[in-house]
Amino acid sequence: MRLTSLMQITDEDARPRLAPHVRLAFNAARGEYALLSPETVWVINATGAAIVELCDAQRTVAEISAELRGRYDQVAENDVRSFVALLVTKHGMEVHHG
Amino acid sequence: MDKPYGLLAELTYACPLQCAYCSNPLELDAYRDELSTEEWQRVFTEAAELGVLQLHLSGGEPLQRHDIVDLVQCATDLGLYTNLITSGLGLSTRRAEQLREAGLDHVQLSIQADERDLSDKIAGTISFERKQVAARLVKQLGWPLTLNVVLHRENIDRIGGILDMAVAMEADRIELANTQYAGWAGHNRDELLPSRDQLERAEAVVREARERLGDKMEIIYVIPDYYSKYPKPCMDGWASRQFTVVPNGEALPCPAAHELARALDIPPANVREHPLEWIWEEAPLFQQYRGDAWMPDPCRSCDRKEIDFGGCRCQAFALTGDAARTDPVCHLSPDHGLVEAAVEAANDPMRPQDGSLTPRSKVIRTKKRATAATQERMARTPVPLSPTVLKGKA
Repeated sequence: MRLTSLMQITDEDARPRLAPHVRLAFNAARGEYALLSPETVWVINATGAAIVELCDAQRTVAEISAELRGRYDQVAENDVRSFVALLVTKHGMEVHHG
Repeated sequence: MDKPYGLLAELTYACPLQCAYCSNPLELDAYRDELSTEEWQRVFTEAAELGVLQLHLSGGEPLQRHDIVDLVQCATDLGLYTNLITSGLGLSTRRAEQLREAGLDHVQLSIQADERDLSDKIAGTISFERKQVAARLVKQLGWPLTLNVVLHRENIDRIGGILDMAVAMEADRIELANTQYAGWAGHNRDELLPSRDQLERAEAVVREARERLGDKMEIIYVIPDYYSKYPKPCMDGWASRQFTVVPNGEALPCPAAHELARALDIPPANVREHPLEWIWEEAPLFQQYRGDAWMPDPCRSCDRKEIDFGGCRCQAFALTGDAARTDPVCHLSPDHGLVEAAVEAANDPMRPQDGSLTPRSKVIRTKKRATAATQERMARTPVPLSPTVLKGKA
């Protein structure tokens, strides 16, 4: 297993997960989800939170997309991919292979 | 007005280190009357209710507070992301295990240099080995490890060695932040400011290390604003996203605003006297430079005013005596000559070598529950706090 960067995220077997220093939280005072890390707060919407919850280093991006399509009407695989890719570039997520 | 995302809690200004680049205020004696455990817990509770998500526990050295585990536990119970910013001194195995148990999310360890003698010289006390031990402990207990390195004239040439040491420590992240000249660092500026050649070499080393290390370690490099064309977007704007509470309970919109706050002819905003919500929304100190109504030209008519918010109010105050002026770092500032003169002096080949730095002074911690009034020293690693907020799209 190895970690990789944005370039390889198009791989079919890319399995994302949150970086070790990042935590998902729902903030009641704001009524919104956020990814928390030492210096950064990423505010995300409920769909984003649903994606993050499925990013367990086991599921591939394609599997996550398929699972979300069962819950939401409009989730394109590219949406998941770009969401994950953005967080990888910001060091909020890691992608495992194999 | 948005709600704040981050709270920097400076629990105490007691510290075993005496770094000359400390951003703590020169008048340390004014902050000795520290908030009690119960008062901090109330502050954290009010902060969470206000929408704060991140809690940075700093100082001074936060481990000098004997109630640090209780404070972390309280923050964890409130759902806050807790980040301990420490010199590593005082992080015994037992204390570390208690903090892990209490839910501490993240540890940031300050590093002065990669060589024992230089590190101990900069810290003003023997500390290099203890930092190595602290780094191992953090990794053993399964925390992600971030190293904080404040860069200045004395250590910036060691940046390659520092990066190698960070890799050996298995650090997940390293923040290489050029000094911001607040507090003691402001006092010592002319001895701390690196030369242009030093900076260019350092940046080349960082570029090479990023390519070589890839995802193995995240490298954050904070450029020195004295050498920039434009100022930093300090705090993402005054009282915009985060704030600081200092040991005696004063709330500040910026961690370096102590002297500025005292110079303004308005009452301090102290958590002992006001709820946090009132302080954030109503306190005159927080309203003072919020938004852009306070801005003079060239900021007022500048198309970058939404990018850098006029720069740092504390830097404007420190350099000009007027916090409402454009940050003199900006090349458009009428006061930019002040910065140019400092840069010119730092690059003068005839510059005297081995000038002396003033180590931060020692103070006696007088809080009743502290150990008997032993001599302690003051330190703090300046931390760039700048949460990027992006809306998730999916």
